[in-house]
Amino acid sequence: MSKADFFQGVRNGTPVFLSAAPFGALFGAVAVANGQTIAEAVLMSMTIFAGASQLVGIELFGQHIAPWVIVLSIFAVNFRHILYSAAMAPFVRHFTAVEKFFAFFVLTDPQFAETLRRGESGRKVSFAWYIGFALVIYVPWQVMTALGGIFGQLIGDPKVIGIDVLLPIYFMALVLGFRKRANFLPVVAVSGAVSVIAYHTVGSPWHVSIGAIAGMALAAMLPIKRDPAPREAAQEG
Amino acid sequence: MDAFFHGDMVALILAGAVATFLTRIGGYWLVMRMKTIPPRLEAALNAVPAAVLTTLVAPAFFTGGPDVQVAMAAALIASLRLSVLPMLAIGWCAVMLMRYAFGT
Repeated sequence: MSKADFFQGVRNGTPVFLSAAPFGALFGAVAVANGQTIAEAVLMSMTIFAGASQLVGIELFGQHIAPWVIVLSIFAVNFRHILYSAAMAPFVRHFTAVEKFFAFFVLTDPQFAETLRRGESGRKVSFAWYIGFALVIYVPWQVMTALGGIFGQLIGDPKVIGIDVLLPIYFMALVLGFRKRANFLPVVAVSGAVSVIAYHTVGSPWHVSIGAIAGMALAAMLPIKRDPAPREAAQEG
Repeated sequence: MDAFFHGDMVALILAGAVATFLTRIGGYWLVMRMKTIPPRLEAALNAVPAAVLTTLVAPAFFTGGPDVQVAMAAALIASLRLSVLPMLAIGWCAVMLMRYAFGT
């Protein structure tokens, strides 16, 4: 392991840590508000380590939805990682099997974006750099989850201090992060309309899968356009 | 707090963790075995994040009270110029204003 590479990774990851930290705290607070203990919230942050899917999981958990649907929803929100790990393949092939295990375990949107940028600019993506970048996001993510959980426990009802509205706004921001993609507006319009109709007819949580499938089916049917690599939406941790 | 961990919650979290890890390693695994992805499948996969996340936003807006709707609209307008954290700050200010100044 090269020390210089490791610390360069730490420096590169620091801005990501600063922008992701509030979401770690947000997750901790929302998790406790929806009935998780602080220890469970931290366990979830340590083992899943994907902000959006953690928030989706906890939101569905608060609605007392069947566990397999929650797991499926977490899978659906994290599905984009399949595309990331595919696109990253040429730059991490030289990692050992153990290094690959850890590298993919901590794969996030910004990790993907920076790895691709570094690899495509011709610089070597060393494991030391990769894991330095990852750790400066991973470790504070756990600390912020715990702090958010403690804070959330003191407050009780999230409506009193307006935390409840942060979640849909955060998801809206994530959606908007993909606005440069092919078929963005038609997909959002169809998924949105179908999910609202399904919410009122079929009911929660099916509106999530039904709306998502409608948007994906539309994208598959529309004329194929060239699309830049999926490297935007580097917001959450 | 009555307990640190509940068995069924831990099982749920670990199942979610396995599902997440499969997505993280899945693309690498696939691309090492497959030469190309069919373009229509790729287009559908490419639509996944916007399609999934929209289904979390739209019902929240249409089932929310005026306080939530004003906050989300304010955040959407803010998004034209600002990044995520200011969007959250503006949405939060709007909802607090609606709740405590206008009593909605």
